[in-house]
Amino acid sequence: MSTELYIVQQLINAVALGSLYALVAIGLSMVFGILRMTNFAHGDMMMVGAFATLVFGAIGIPFWIAALGGVAAGAAAGVIVERVAYRPVRGAPDVTLLLTSLAVTYILENFGILVFTSSPKNFPLPDWMNTALQFHGGQITFTQINVVTVVLTIVALAFLGWFVTRTDAGLGMRAAAEDLGAAQLVGLDVNRLIVVAFAIASAFAGLAGVLWAAQAGIVEPHMGFTPLLKAFVAAIIGGFGSIAGALLGGFVLGGLEVLIVAFLPSAVSPYRDAIVFALLIAFLLFRPNGLLNRTQEVKL
Amino acid sequence: MTRAVTALWALAGLCLIALATWQTPHLLNDYLVRVIIVMCINAILVSSLSVANGFTGVFSLGHVGFVAVGAYASGILSLSAAAKHAYLPDLPHWLASITLPFLPATIIGGLICVVLALLVGAPLMRLSGYFVAVATLGFLIIVNVVLINAVSFTRGARTFTGVPLQTTLPWAVGWLVVTLVILARVVYSPTGRRYRSVREDTIAAQAVGISVLSTRLSAFALGAFFAGVGGSLYGHYLGSFSPASFYMAYTFTLISMLVIGGMQSLTGAVVGVVVVTLFSEVLRNLERGLDLGVVTLPPLYGAAQIVLGILFILIMIFRPTGMLGDHELTLKSLTGAFKTERSKP
Repeated sequence: MSTELYIVQQLINAVALGSLYALVAIGLSMVFGILRMTNFAHGDMMMVGAFATLVFGAIGIPFWIAALGGVAAGAAAGVIVERVAYRPVRGAPDVTLLLTSLAVTYILENFGILVFTSSPKNFPLPDWMNTALQFHGGQITFTQINVVTVVLTIVALAFLGWFVTRTDAGLGMRAAAEDLGAAQLVGLDVNRLIVVAFAIASAFAGLAGVLWAAQAGIVEPHMGFTPLLKAFVAAIIGGFGSIAGALLGGFVLGGLEVLIVAFLPSAVSPYRDAIVFALLIAFLLFRPNGLLNRTQEVKL
Repeated sequence: MTRAVTALWALAGLCLIALATWQTPHLLNDYLVRVIIVMCINAILVSSLSVANGFTGVFSLGHVGFVAVGAYASGILSLSAAAKHAYLPDLPHWLASITLPFLPATIIGGLICVVLALLVGAPLMRLSGYFVAVATLGFLIIVNVVLINAVSFTRGARTFTGVPLQTTLPWAVGWLVVTLVILARVVYSPTGRRYRSVREDTIAAQAVGISVLSTRLSAFALGAFFAGVGGSLYGHYLGSFSPASFYMAYTFTLISMLVIGGMQSLTGAVVGVVVVTLFSEVLRNLERGLDLGVVTLPPLYGAAQIVLGILFILIMIFRPTGMLGDHELTLKSLTGAFKTERSKP
């Protein structure tokens, strides 16, 4: 196998993985930007989205519409959680917010266990999506679902880019992220903006959940946890609270993970997650505002 | 005078506890004894968690990482040579040849956690708020990954087994008393006031000459020692465990106990443990399904955790400082409450 083709193959893997991380990290960062809240329950919107798709598929709805329903279910779950659990504690110290979201995770995951049991379920994917595309005599291989993932990520990002620069709600959201109090003072309906932010963030997570389940082929109640942790790392690498940063962080992390597995000695690759989280700690210490260093906050 | 009275009370209390623990195995059934042992271990873990998280205000999600290290380290030390040969054939020679009794193994487990806490805390304790929560969560994950991959020491993701079942009720109660006495001595001393000043206003504390880093580090290391001890007790109670035993689910259990009881109070930690344990035990029995004669409720796995999560959120919304807030449950406060109750017209 030629070296260039191997690198190209790994690059494709990195982009496919990075787009999923970016999708989750963007929502995490959006909510953090406005509320200063580390939303642990964000990963569970992936689980909601994937399970909803499963249920819609089981009652005979075609896959694409079912998947769309899954994304909508993720968004709805995010909005409901915000209204029921997060709004009452808004303005509390950031640890209170973090703990509340941790409790929501616990509730949602156990709800998943209650309804669907903790054993993994097969994800109903149309056959053509699992078809492998091979080039250069099998030296470059990827499945259709990888293509779908990247395309949908680009579509979602284009929508988000349009939304935050061209619509009133999007501009308001950015204003709220800049300074929530000031946004309120100039008459923005902050409650509405926060609902919109949660809806978009959770829809992205729902989409990521459907895509994640499609790649893994299974759905289970704890499926959101690992991607959530990775999204944390991605968001912090990019600068927590910045949408562009989360996007960058997602791809940097995807690239890094592929790099560790593909190019370092095989004895190192089981420690991939340990390396990733050591990197997270290093970032928190030395570059707490991420790669796109903008404002310096009080650190102590 | 008052000192002597307090000492007398403490002595009387200790005697009572000693008597109670001596006699309870004969009076109570096995199930209750097991519940009480687990409660004592959890109380050790939660009160040690409250030192950093409640009193110093550095919210760590990595406590269970130290619990895991304590359990594995002490387990490796106290495993018999035969068990080591059978389960851990790749252990280095100097470790394979020694077998320590329960007490030294537990203390060494705790001390290893102190060393680890000082190493990890030196960078981490410079962070605050959500930064430190996410970073300590990172620590927990790193511990988990290392435990799974250090196969020659831990059997990897497979069950680590053969640990002698030595955590009896007197051991658990004894360690709980030691933990609470030491933590109370530290937390209600000038050192403890430094802890709280760092929590209340970091910059002001620094301005009056308190070294924020070393204050936080000492609290973190103190908590880690008892986390290691609790881990050893837990390991010697279970006998066999795996890295998955010490991960997110256990973290959430401990944190919910801490938050529900009251983060800034040692007795609050104990109250939280008792409340959550009783609650979960009752719900767990309901969860298996109920036969009400006429209707049979099906088993609802996960329902107990959902109710616990809802209770947690309600506490966060309506009483974010927990049941006890920053008060300690003392004999005086109990009798005092009783007196004021009576003096009402």
